[in-house]
Amino acid sequence: MTTYLARRLALAVVVVAGVVLLTFVIAHAVPGNPAASWAGPHASPAQVAAAAKYLGLDRPLPVQIARYFAGIFSGNWGVSIHTHQPVLSNIATAAPASLELVIAALIIALAVGVPLGLVSARRPGRPADQAIRAGSILGVSMPIFWMALILQLVFAQRLHVLPVAGEYSPNLLFTNPLTKVTGFPVLDALFTGNWPMLGSTLSHLILPAVVVAAYPAGLISRMVRAQILDTVGETHVQMARALGLPERDVFGRYLMKLAWSPVSAAIALVFGYSLVNTFLVESIFDWPGLGSYAVASIGTLDTPAILGVTLFVAIAYVIANLIVDIVQAVIDPRIRLR
Amino acid sequence: MIEIPEAPAPAPTPAPAAAQGSRGWLRSNPLLAVGGAISALIVIAAVLAPLIAPDPGDAGSATHPFSVLKPPSAHHWFGTDQVGRDILSRVIYGARVSPLVALFVLLIACAVGIPLGIAAGYFGGWLDDVIMRLTDIVLAFPALLLALALAALLPPSMTSLTIAISATWWPWYTRLIRGQAASVAGRPYIESCRALGISRRRIIFRHILPNAITPLIVQVSLDVGGVILTASALSFLGLGAQDPTPDWGLMVSEGQTYFTTDWWVVTFPGLAILITAFAFNLLGDGLRDLLDPRRVILR
Amino acid sequence: MSFGARNVVNVDHLGVDDAEIVGLAGESGSGKSMTTLAVLGLANTVGATVAGSIKLDGRELVGLPEKVLIGLRGSRIAAIFQSPSMAFNPVFRVGDVALRALRRHGLTGSEATGRVEQAMRGVLLSPDLLRRYPSQLSGGQLQRVAIALAVALRAEVLLADEPTSALDVTVQAEVLELLRELRSRDGMSVLFISHDLAVIAELCDRVAVMQAGSIVEQGPADKIMSAPEHPYTADLLASVPAIERRA
Repeated sequence: MTTYLARRLALAVVVVAGVVLLTFVIAHAVPGNPAASWAGPHASPAQVAAAAKYLGLDRPLPVQIARYFAGIFSGNWGVSIHTHQPVLSNIATAAPASLELVIAALIIALAVGVPLGLVSARRPGRPADQAIRAGSILGVSMPIFWMALILQLVFAQRLHVLPVAGEYSPNLLFTNPLTKVTGFPVLDALFTGNWPMLGSTLSHLILPAVVVAAYPAGLISRMVRAQILDTVGETHVQMARALGLPERDVFGRYLMKLAWSPVSAAIALVFGYSLVNTFLVESIFDWPGLGSYAVASIGTLDTPAILGVTLFVAIAYVIANLIVDIVQAVIDPRIRLR
Repeated sequence: MIEIPEAPAPAPTPAPAAAQGSRGWLRSNPLLAVGGAISALIVIAAVLAPLIAPDPGDAGSATHPFSVLKPPSAHHWFGTDQVGRDILSRVIYGARVSPLVALFVLLIACAVGIPLGIAAGYFGGWLDDVIMRLTDIVLAFPALLLALALAALLPPSMTSLTIAISATWWPWYTRLIRGQAASVAGRPYIESCRALGISRRRIIFRHILPNAITPLIVQVSLDVGGVILTASALSFLGLGAQDPTPDWGLMVSEGQTYFTTDWWVVTFPGLAILITAFAFNLLGDGLRDLLDPRRVILR
Repeated sequence: MSFGARNVVNVDHLGVDDAEIVGLAGESGSGKSMTTLAVLGLANTVGATVAGSIKLDGRELVGLPEKVLIGLRGSRIAAIFQSPSMAFNPVFRVGDVALRALRRHGLTGSEATGRVEQAMRGVLLSPDLLRRYPSQLSGGQLQRVAIALAVALRAEVLLADEPTSALDVTVQAEVLELLRELRSRDGMSVLFISHDLAVIAELCDRVAVMQAGSIVEQGPADKIMSAPEHPYTADLLASVPAIERRA
C-alpha cells in the first residue's frame, strides 16, 4: 500500500506543479497590461513603468516563472489589486465558509443519494426506480443559481421558514458572540457550547447546502445504482443468499461495500465541481466565502485574486483526490493488495 | 431428504423485455424517448424561432418602456422584462444561443481531443506520457473554474465563452479516445496489419476510429447538458453573453434584482435551462443504455 | 422451472437420501445449475418461476414465504458453487459472510466464531485463514472454506454445483474426499452436479442424467455407468475416455 500511495503522492506533486505553471501561463497570456491596471487608470507612463518593475514584469520569462514558483511556495500569492492585501490572506479568510458549505452539501448528498440508489437498484425497471432515475437526472441538470433564487424566494421570503441570507443572524453577534476556534462557524458554535449561535448557523446553512447538494446527490444515486446492478449477478451474491442472509443484508451491506470505491471517486470529482458551484450561490445568499471573493474580483478584473482563487481550488481538488485515493485503499483491499 | 418431483407445465410470467415493434421499444426506453422528443422540440424551436416567437424584435434591442415588468398574461405568456421585452420570445430565441455554444464547444473539444487521443493511444511511449500529464493538469481544475478564470480574463463575449469552455473540455475526449486507441492498438490483428505493410493512416481510420465512435456519441450527448449549464452559469456571472443577447443565464442574472416582486423574469429563462439540460441528459443516458454493450438492463 | 414462457427445467422426480451422494450429470446448459437455485427458492433472483413440488424431509418448499426460506437456507440446505474465487465477495474477509449468517440464525458472536473455526479444522484448514481476503487464498482453499461454512451452518443437504470444475486434479481429489467424509461422518445428503462423468462415477452413490432440462435416467451409479438404458446416457459415457470406479 505504501508504494501505491507514494506513486499517487508523486503524481499529485507533478500535477500541482503543472497547475501552478498553467496559472502563470494564463496570467501572462491574457491581453491587457497588468502593470497598467496595477498602477491605476490615471497613472503616467513613468508610473506604469515603475509598476512593471515592481511586479517584476521586465525580467526574462524563465526568471519570472522561477520567481512565480518561489512566490507560490513561500506563501506569496501576489497582492490583490482591489483590496491591496495579500491574496493568500484574503483566501484564507474566505475559504472556511466555502469549505463548510461544500462539506455540508456533500453530507446531504450522501445521506440522500446512497439510500435512493439502493432502493433504485433493488427493483430495477419498476416505477420507484424510474422515478428515482428521473429525479437524479433532474438533480444533475439543475442550474444552481436558478434553484438558489427559487428556493430562497419560496422558503425564505414567502414562507418565512428559513433565513434569507448570511451565515448567521447578525443580531446574535451582540448577545452570543462567536469565538473563533476552527474558522468554521458551525464547528465553532458547537465547540464553544454556543447553542443559539449553533441553531442560527445551522438554519442558515440549510438552503445553500441543499442547493449545492442537488448535483452530487443525483450523481451519487446514479453511481450506486449502476455499480450495484453491475455486480448483482455475480456468484458471491448468490452465495450470500444461499447462506441464509436476507435481501436487506445482501444489498445494504455486501453489495453496497463494493459500490463505495467508485462512489468515493465520484465524491472527489464532485468536491471540485461543488466548490465551484458554491461560487454561483454565495452572492445570492450573502455567504462570505471564496465565491463572493471571486465574483467581486471578476467585477474589478483583479487578476492576482482570480488566479489565486483558481490555484487554491485546483490544489484543494488535488488534495481531495489524494484523500479519496487513501480512503479507497483502506476500504477496498483489492487496491491495497496489488 | 430432498425430493424434486413433478415440475409440470410452464408458469408464465409476463416479461416486458425484448418486446417487438416500435411500441415495445418506447415502453422499454421511456427516458430515451422523452429526452429525444424534448430535445428535438428545442432544436425545432431554435430553428423556427422567427416564426414561432410572438415578438421577434424583442429578442434584439427593442425596448418598450410602457410595458415594463408586466406579469404573465394572455398577451405575454411569460410576462415582460425590465425594459418591456416579451420574455416568451426571448426564451424561444435563447434556444439558439446556449445549444449553439454547446455545439461549437463540443466540436472544438473533439477536434482537439481526438487527434491527441489517437496520438497518445496509438503511439504510446513518451508521447502518451506527455499528453496524459497535460490532460491530468488541465483536469486538475474543476471545469467551471478554469472556464471562469479564462472567461474572466478575456473580454466578455460569446466567443470568449466558447473558447474558455472548449479549453477546459477537450481533456475528457483525449482520455476517452486514448483509451479506445490504446486498447485497439494492442490487439494482435493490428500487428498483422502492420506486418502486411498497411499504412498507419489506414489503420487509424479504418480500425481505430470506428470502434471509438460509439462511446464518443454517448459522451457527446451526455456533455451537451453539462456545457449548457456551464455556459449559462458563466453568462449569469456576466462573463459571456452581453445585453441584448437573449441568453437564458444572462436573463436570470438581469432579473435577479426584480425577483422578489416580479418572479417571472427569472423563473422562465431558468426553467428553460433546466428543461434543456434535462432533455439532453435523458437523451444521453438513454443512448448510453442503448449503445453500451456492457449494460444489462434488468427487469 | 421457467423463464417467462420458456420451460427450462422439467424434472419428474429426483430424490436424495441421508448420507447419500447423488450425482446430477449432463452437459453445460442442460439446466443443472437452475436446479440448485430452484431448491434454494432463489429462482426469482434470475427471473424464473418454479411450479411443482420441492420437499425437504417431506416438507413442501415451493410457495413458502421468504422469511421461512431464509431460515432454511444455510441452516438446513447449503450450496457451494463453481468457480470458488467468484463465490466470495472480494472486499470482505472470507469468514465475514458466514459469521453474519450464523448470527442472523440466532447464535452469539463467539458461538458463531467457535463453530466456524471448528468447521475449518474439520476441512483441514487453519482458522486463521478466515481473516484473509479471497484474493489471498487459492481456489482449492476457497472451495474448502465454502464447504466448511456449510458444515458450520449444520446444513443437512449440500447442493454442490460443479464444485470441482474450476480446480485442478489434485485439489479436486481433496475436495471429493471431503465430500465423502461429510456423507459418512456427518450423514449429509449431497447433490453433486457436474458435467464430468468421470468424477460422478468416482464419487456418487446414485446418478441422475439430465438432458435439456429433463431427467432421462436415474439409478445406482454402478448400474448407470455399466449398463445405461437411455441412448443419451450411452452417448455421454462414450465421450469419456476412461472411467475409474471406486470399489
